[in-house]
Amino acid sequence: MATAAAHTAAGTEPGEAAHPAASSARTAEQQAAFDEAVAADERIEPRDWMPDAYRATLVRQIAQHAHSEIIGMQPEANWITRAPSLRRKAILMAKVQDEAGHGLYLYSAAETLGTSREELLDKLHSGRQKYSSIFNYPTLTWADVGAIGWLVDGAAITNQVPLCRCSYGPYARAMVRVCKEESFHQRQGYESLLALSRGTKAQHEMAQDAVNRWWWPSLMMFGPPDDESSHSEQSMTWKIKRHSNDELRQRFVDICVPQAESLGLTLPDPDLVWNEARGHYDFGPIDWTEFWAVLKGNGPCNDQRITQRRRAHEEGVWVREAAAAYAAKHGKATA
Amino acid sequence: MSSSTDWPLWEVFVRSRRGLSHTHAGSLHAPDAEMALRNARDLYTRRSEGVSLWVVPSTAITASSPDEKDSFFEPAGDKPYRHPTFYEIPDGVKHL
Repeated sequence: MATAAAHTAAGTEPGEAAHPAASSARTAEQQAAFDEAVAADERIEPRDWMPDAYRATLVRQIAQHAHSEIIGMQPEANWITRAPSLRRKAILMAKVQDEAGHGLYLYSAAETLGTSREELLDKLHSGRQKYSSIFNYPTLTWADVGAIGWLVDGAAITNQVPLCRCSYGPYARAMVRVCKEESFHQRQGYESLLALSRGTKAQHEMAQDAVNRWWWPSLMMFGPPDDESSHSEQSMTWKIKRHSNDELRQRFVDICVPQAESLGLTLPDPDLVWNEARGHYDFGPIDWTEFWAVLKGNGPCNDQRITQRRRAHEEGVWVREAAAAYAAKHGKATA
Repeated sequence: MSSSTDWPLWEVFVRSRRGLSHTHAGSLHAPDAEMALRNARDLYTRRSEGVSLWVVPSTAITASSPDEKDSFFEPAGDKPYRHPTFYEIPDGVKHL
């Protein structure tokens, strides 16, 4: 996460621009040192020189990730007041609180790249930066909380485990922390679905219905197919990404099929079948039209999520102002 | 405060248990030191990860420059005699 004094981009010396030839030789040297560090699996740290495009890619990805964590609080928080028992309610509150924490780890990591919290939130609120489109689907029943834990957090873990080895140090360290905490999220979801699946007929049907609705959007979380993914190749070279979208999606499907069997639930895909030759499960085509539509803002809850996020931020103004006024009055603020 | 509405940035150090040193855990924004401590407790020790916390204003930390890493740390590079393995001791000599 953030290291002190990390917030100024290092690498260019004052006056360098006056000597373009010397400057470009210096840049080539820095680029070579960067390439070498990445190739040797070393971590890039905030004050190290890095290519502008690498920095921009990381800001985009980490910001999107941070935004997803805090927007992701909404669909689940929707069920806190209606959790079926005190136990489930305490668990759900802890989980939603974790998502806020994950957002904060990630915003801190993004800030080490020279962007500010204010700017990041502003870009989220104005739609200039995105969050995972999965959170634009509604949570219609209590079983959705279980399905999100099992499938959505499961897909997130599959994505995030390789990110623990990402070439950018602060992002990788944030991911280590997130992954440790995320495993409880997935297990509580699975346990909750299992209880429903083994419950009354109506409870079983509710669990099945939730899985039916969350399965395909979960597969879309891995992003477009490899041949249509615009940033993938460069990110792999930079070791921001370690595996392709399709590779991770396949890994997730292979993990889920036996888990669904143990749950006593089915996955809503008639083409899902073990392929002996490939050593993987084959699965049916994904509706990418739906994915792009949701991404462009036409999902069931896009407006609701952003409106709620803006409202929460605006209604928190007085708290932030009061805290700042208190700090100023008591002389404890340091910046 | 500057024109930014962001609260100041604080670096958080956590002592995981008695006998170990405080280790950098991450950073957070807070209006003052007291709030920084409370926020750090909620953010970095939700699962009892610590028995003690430090928060330090990020601006109070001076860091060495990665650009000068080689020359800055160079003086130690040619002094292998600071390591015990530099010295040859005959076989059979014990407790040394």
